[in-house]
Amino acid sequence: MRAIITVIGQDRVGIIAGVSGVLAAAKVNILDISQTVLQEYFTMMMLVEISNASIPLEQLQAQLVEEGNRLGVTIKLQHEDVFKSMHRI
Amino acid sequence: MLTSYEVLETFKMIEEEHLDIRTITMGISLRDCSHSDGKIARQKIYDKITRYAENLVAVGEAIQLEYGIPIINKRISVTPLSMIAEASDEEDYVKFAETLDRAADTVGVNFIGGFSALVHKGYTKGDQRLIASIPEALSRTERVCASVNVATTKAGINMDAVAEMGRVIKETAELTKERDAIGCAKLVVFANVPEDNPFMAGAFHGVGEPECVINVGISGPGAVKSALERVRGERFDVLAETVKKTAFKITRMGQLVAQEASRRLGVPFGIIDLSLAPTPAVGDSVARIIEEMGIESCGAPGTTAALALLNDAVKKGGTMASSHVGGLSGAFIPVSEDEGMIAAVEKGSLSLEKLEAMTCVCSVGLDMIVVPGETSAETLAGLIADQAAIGMINNKTTAVRVIPVPGKNVGDWVEFGGLLGSSPVMPISKFSSSDFINRGGRIPAPINSLKN
Repeated sequence: MRAIITVIGQDRVGIIAGVSGVLAAAKVNILDISQTVLQEYFTMMMLVEISNASIPLEQLQAQLVEEGNRLGVTIKLQHEDVFKSMHRI
Repeated sequence: MLTSYEVLETFKMIEEEHLDIRTITMGISLRDCSHSDGKIARQKIYDKITRYAENLVAVGEAIQLEYGIPIINKRISVTPLSMIAEASDEEDYVKFAETLDRAADTVGVNFIGGFSALVHKGYTKGDQRLIASIPEALSRTERVCASVNVATTKAGINMDAVAEMGRVIKETAELTKERDAIGCAKLVVFANVPEDNPFMAGAFHGVGEPECVINVGISGPGAVKSALERVRGERFDVLAETVKKTAFKITRMGQLVAQEASRRLGVPFGIIDLSLAPTPAVGDSVARIIEEMGIESCGAPGTTAALALLNDAVKKGGTMASSHVGGLSGAFIPVSEDEGMIAAVEKGSLSLEKLEAMTCVCSVGLDMIVVPGETSAETLAGLIADQAAIGMINNKTTAVRVIPVPGKNVGDWVEFGGLLGSSPVMPISKFSSSDFINRGGRIPAPINSLKN
């Protein structure tokens, strides 16, 4: 399944490194990545393939939340279809 | 690829604006569970519900995890129980309610709807027994919700049933008085009840429904309010357009979840209910949307027009986003479950009479309204009759969920907890409706042309 990881919060050094570190350890492939500052939010968006992840989804989400806490940002992983269904007809 | 703006918008709707799926409700037909022996019927009911809904909660949780959208409730609705239980000779249907309660507990859902009867034209013996059993059934169960349909546009209003429901509400309040009459929060009296409503307490699985079905209720008053904050001061055209667009997005999410739940459970998808369902949480209120439109406090003149615009725009946007729309599909205005409504009642800007006017332009009627415990059964019946008349004449669903809390008076505060919220006791007319209610009989069905 393809998922979108949203990272939102204050910009700082090491956000991409931190998040991609967690993903690499879990064998999650990053397909696309973009970041911008939008409406005062630092917003990073990653499209990832998690079908071959080495850990269950629940655990991966927990690890991302933990990494988010360490970096002081909010991290959320959701199925890609959530965004597609809302914004694409 | 999606844009950052789109991703951020969805993120904020869920994280900050309380967008959620309010309920995934599995409708289950119990029509093959009738039996002349009540004990056997109850065993069949229990077995069927627990078999069909075995994975409902697990699937709901899995979807929540993968899609990152909260799914607040997983629930069950069943065929109106009066139709199933009346094959038996038993007079008391409380045991049937207890069976529903036990089945709901086993599969882990918080409410099960369908302790219901449809009596808009008259009673069968099963209807009579079920309605007589409601007060005790609601006092002896936790999860069971009851509903009675007393009127339709085609059949008129069964005033005998209206009068009886006034008494049933009083009795239910009395039997659950140590918990602020919470039994009444699980009892809805309807006109033109929909057969596919996923929302409690009025859900049941209608006779025209399939064997088993998945209906989904969306939410999202917070998301609508935030969207309107961005168009402050704009003309009504812009306002309506903004509500439509937001409703479209919210409903697409509901459609996605409904289809996924339907696929995983191997059960057909029924409908999306487009209602804006508030919760007592700050930022999840329908009253605050009305205020955002420019009404100082919900209930002030203009409120009904604001609600009409909101309700209609939600339907227009939502209908485009879903393959099948049904249920109640309108903005809910339950007083105790809406933080802004509660505040408006406390401030004195929102009265029972204004709420009644508001029910003319939105479902679902006088909902979660706390009145003094000394309110008579006839006055409650008068309230029900008025709502039924609004529904009957206007071809729409209306309902009454009113709670006369024994020992409480105007100014007192009542706390139900959880999604049922809390509310001040509202004043209700002290003038009598007894002679009107005690006439009995039926109010004839209205003419549906010559409309003025």
